[in-house]
Amino acid sequence: MQFWIIQGLNSLSLGGLLFLLSSGFSLIFGLMRLANLTHGAFFMLGTYFGAIAMRDYSGLDLWVTAIGAGIIVAALGGLFERLVLTRLKSNPLGQVLVTLGMAFIISDACLVLWGGDSIPVPTPHYLQAPTRLFGFVFPTYRLVLVGIAVAAAIGLYVLIDRTRLGAMIRAGVDDSQMARAVGIPVSRLFTIVFCLGAGIAGAAGVLGGPILSAYPGLDADMLPLALIVVILGGIGSLFGAFVGSFIIGFIYTFGTVLFPELAYIILFLPMIFVIAFRPQGLFGRLGT
Amino acid sequence: MKWIAIALFAAVALLLPFFAGDFYVNLASQIYIAAIFALSLNLLVGFGGMTSLGHASYLGVAAYVSALMTTRYGLHHGAAALISILGTVAMAAFFGLIALRATGLGFLMITLALSQVLWGLAYRMSNITNGDNGITGITRPEPFGISLESPAAFYWFALITAVIAFVMMTVFVSSSFGSSLKGVRDQPRRMAALGFNPWMVRWITFVYAGFWGAISGLLYVYYNKYIHPTSLSTTSSAEALLGVIAGGSGTLAGPAVGAALVLLLKNYVSAYVERWNMLLGLVFLFIVLVMPEGIVPGLQKLAARLRRRSS
Repeated sequence: MQFWIIQGLNSLSLGGLLFLLSSGFSLIFGLMRLANLTHGAFFMLGTYFGAIAMRDYSGLDLWVTAIGAGIIVAALGGLFERLVLTRLKSNPLGQVLVTLGMAFIISDACLVLWGGDSIPVPTPHYLQAPTRLFGFVFPTYRLVLVGIAVAAAIGLYVLIDRTRLGAMIRAGVDDSQMARAVGIPVSRLFTIVFCLGAGIAGAAGVLGGPILSAYPGLDADMLPLALIVVILGGIGSLFGAFVGSFIIGFIYTFGTVLFPELAYIILFLPMIFVIAFRPQGLFGRLGT
Repeated sequence: MKWIAIALFAAVALLLPFFAGDFYVNLASQIYIAAIFALSLNLLVGFGGMTSLGHASYLGVAAYVSALMTTRYGLHHGAAALISILGTVAMAAFFGLIALRATGLGFLMITLALSQVLWGLAYRMSNITNGDNGITGITRPEPFGISLESPAAFYWFALITAVIAFVMMTVFVSSSFGSSLKGVRDQPRRMAALGFNPWMVRWITFVYAGFWGAISGLLYVYYNKYIHPTSLSTTSSAEALLGVIAGGSGTLAGPAVGAALVLLLKNYVSAYVERWNMLLGLVFLFIVLVMPEGIVPGLQKLAARLRRRSS
């Protein structure tokens, strides 16, 4: 029983992490029609920033580091969007290729700067003690991580659904030409959304650090998970990303524990199933 | 002009083993392998309008199957090659069913996800694939009793295969089926109205491209006598895609030239620094931003612009 509950919690925390990663991907795709293949690299950049900062300045708080790394990665993402992606507005294929090239550059740069060994991110000391609930022992940090993911989901929902900025983003998603015509600065929205998506990925990288630690190839491990989540949930749908993240979190965690060698096959079975019967994804809309 | 270039290329290709050293002969063999691979990807990207980021799947799986069949199960090369090609084509047929549910960016993301899954499998299923150590001790086949161990012998083998591949793919895109493929790329709805089945046209092309990907994978594993999960990685797919785009996607011979350039660059750079991935990324940015139609048209445009500025 203890096994199932602990693995269930691990699934939830991986799902939460995946949501933080894929929500940004999904937002960017929804507004900009851009499959941002740099997203895994943004996540890894965040993890490395966190790991290095907390190694060199011991006593640095994890939450402060996560916010700081998020801001840095958001700024880098914004620069990339302004300097490179805007030049390729009418060339969606070129945009994808450029994000892929950027992913190669970032992951190789991380290898040059920080070497091939994995660098751990310490769990905050006040979260190291396990939590006892209903007679079971839980790693506290993972519980907190699930809470953060749910809070982020609510925050993003409020931002997209209840604010003026969110209304402008939704208008841009639905019909970017009409949105431009009524005076919404769609081009600036692109930059804002790209920064937001990159920043969430960077912060998620730090928060995932205590579980994953920073190592070369982290980006290549995370990007396919994010892709599968958004293909499963429906590309561009925030709710789809939320549901998809937890489905994949469960499948991947239990797959790895129960059938370690087949975890990757089990991972893509639900994706095939969904694509076969609902190509737009669980919560995607046709024609988007 | 075109015929002179072809005659010149044919002369160099035929005479190369007689005047060049082993290093250059081996380099040329690698170029032919990369060219077959890039040409097969070009069927999808250039003529079909389906940008795949998972083409390394076919090269890698064909190579792995052949390597496993010969080293682990002791099969003869002929039987192993047949199983490997049939298996890879069957996989392409299945992947095509999945990936072609979507078009455009959805197709790209699904092919990328599928190939990443295979890459992960090659790493994790270490009791079969040997994981990060790769599979060693692979031999080269001996077609009709001729040993391919020497660089020159392998060169002829690769050259003949590449010429057959080039002719077969040229016939494919020049045929009436090739015309319908280009029609489906540009005007799928109109083609559907004319009675074509766009999905079927795309799927057949996808499987055919998988077949030539498998052939290049066999040559790849014969040449290297070694296979490692990196041959299934996104980098491997991206190198081929860069070759296609740099050479000019949708042209007949351009991708072969592009693949040759990427391979030469990789060999040249690897001799000095280890930073191939970073350079690959930078070249991607450069090609897409400066020469999106490929190097040859890009250079022509650049030259024209310089001429205009000077006059």
